[in-house]
Amino acid sequence: MSLSDTFKGLTKSAHAVSGLGERIGDLPRVSRWSLIALFIFSLYLMPWWPEVPVLGWLVDTPGTSFEGVITDKVVIYVLVALGLNVVVGLAGLLDLGYVGFYAIGAYVVGILSSQHANLPWLVCVPIAVIVSMIAGVILGTPTLRLRGDYLAIVTLGFGEIIRISANNADWLGGSRGISKIAKPPNIGPLKFGVLDAKPYFFLGLTVIIITVFFLRRLENSRVGRAWNAVREDEDAAELMGVPTFKFKLWAFAIGAAIGGLAGTLYAGKVRFINPSNFPLQLSILFIAAVVLGGTGNMWGAVIGGAVVGWMPERFRGFADKRVFVFGVALVLVMVFRPQGLIPRKIRKERWLANWKQRESEGGEVARG
Amino acid sequence: MLLEVTDLRVAYGKIEALKGVSFTVNEGEIVTLVGANGAGKTTTMRTVSGLRTVIGGSIKFEGQDITNMPSHQRVKLGICQSPEGRGIFPGMSVRENLDMGTYTRADHKSAAKNEDMERVMHLFPRLRERISQMGGTLSGGEQQMLAIGRALMSRPRLLLLDEPSMGLAPKLIAQIFSIITEINQQGTTVLLVEQNAAQALRRAHRAYVLETGNVVKTGKGIELLDDPAVRAAYLGGH
Repeated sequence: MSLSDTFKGLTKSAHAVSGLGERIGDLPRVSRWSLIALFIFSLYLMPWWPEVPVLGWLVDTPGTSFEGVITDKVVIYVLVALGLNVVVGLAGLLDLGYVGFYAIGAYVVGILSSQHANLPWLVCVPIAVIVSMIAGVILGTPTLRLRGDYLAIVTLGFGEIIRISANNADWLGGSRGISKIAKPPNIGPLKFGVLDAKPYFFLGLTVIIITVFFLRRLENSRVGRAWNAVREDEDAAELMGVPTFKFKLWAFAIGAAIGGLAGTLYAGKVRFINPSNFPLQLSILFIAAVVLGGTGNMWGAVIGGAVVGWMPERFRGFADKRVFVFGVALVLVMVFRPQGLIPRKIRKERWLANWKQRESEGGEVARG
Repeated sequence: MLLEVTDLRVAYGKIEALKGVSFTVNEGEIVTLVGANGAGKTTTMRTVSGLRTVIGGSIKFEGQDITNMPSHQRVKLGICQSPEGRGIFPGMSVRENLDMGTYTRADHKSAAKNEDMERVMHLFPRLRERISQMGGTLSGGEQQMLAIGRALMSRPRLLLLDEPSMGLAPKLIAQIFSIITEINQQGTTVLLVEQNAAQALRRAHRAYVLETGNVVKTGKGIELLDDPAVRAAYLGGH
């Protein structure tokens, strides 16, 4: 089998996966919810996935702890991709400085729990989310009048301003950063310590699930429709009565809040941050996660974030060539699935049409 | 008087595109603005719908000054534009596009909406056939129908049509214009901008001729059609 055949096979199975959502949607209520519950349960078992025979070989990250990878990378990238997808995917605003909000979330926790106060982590989180949101509004108010490339350049600058400011401000810890950041409080048997990463993973996964439910509601609401219209054609949206500026600002604020939330999880886990944790490259990787998964599709963002977080670790076996292998893998995905792994819209009609076609082909074979 | 535009001045940077345009639209009329490329027709339209800001003059809708009102609020008052170059949402289905037209309506989930949907489908039977198809996959004429239909879904008091015949085959142009007349007869006031002056003048109650940002002539549509100067400039002479 040639390489291109392999890829055709892969894209076909990806199609099958993306049609799965529709099929689950068609199931009766009880079976649908039990399937979803089962799926969520299996996600909570992720730290033990490497011990499952075939799956284990596929997902395990030789050379680093799989537990660590899913906690420090996958959870964070998925959450960030979900937030960035609101801005880039739903409202269609290219934000190249998203790492700035992630940094603000982490720094607020750092400042309030270690550098200048001793507040518990749980108290810092809502404050950090609100501060990130305000930062989103402050950045958005003047810049959202710009379009396309111009917006991308200004946001790129914003990400750098945050990092360089943190580097130069002594009360933010300067280049030494902030250490001894508070960790999340213990919940029953879940002890947030240094050795065991699992509690952090469970916490992160729970936050992701809540975010997904929240975003799903938002997407299917009037707000989601307005974002859709703005992304498709801003002038036409305005002419249909959509207050475009207001909704763009909302997308920015909600995206920033989720980015900040990811930052608080990160700070609570690593407990030490400095400006070099928030480079420009991270913004680019976040965008890559959204685009790879399928811009505008929430499930795509989840998959994209997970892949971008996990893949470089999976390729550790290639030693110093792993980033190269990661790059090649990204290029291959974009060549064979330019719309991303799970494109924006899997139309029910299209899926049904494919299904009917397959049915009729099957019928002909049977008759022949 | 439904719409009263007085001494409107609009500039792109230092270049003045409208140098004091005045015109009125009465309830129930079809009024058309005709003129050559660059006369300021589309700029006038975009200013009435609120996409462009003015440097002078005023726009009044039913006596209320709306000169500086944002576009999306004008839709609530009943001014809805079908934009030039169609401007439909390419990634939405025909149904979703039409739905967007009801965005500002409080009754957007009620039977009234379905009624309007039926009315649009009756005007444009092609849209019914294409109801689940993506807007971007429609032909040029179908997209134009969708843009007009979508604007109608907002139940406008004043429908702004910017170059509805642009890029369409002659047969389709005739069809679009007869539908515009039909919409008007059902009670919607229409402000029409057209390069296809012959058709527009024939359909309109009154017309204004624009030339480099100024109104140079006004009168009844039919009269202008017979005006030698207008004929020479826009209708190929003779």
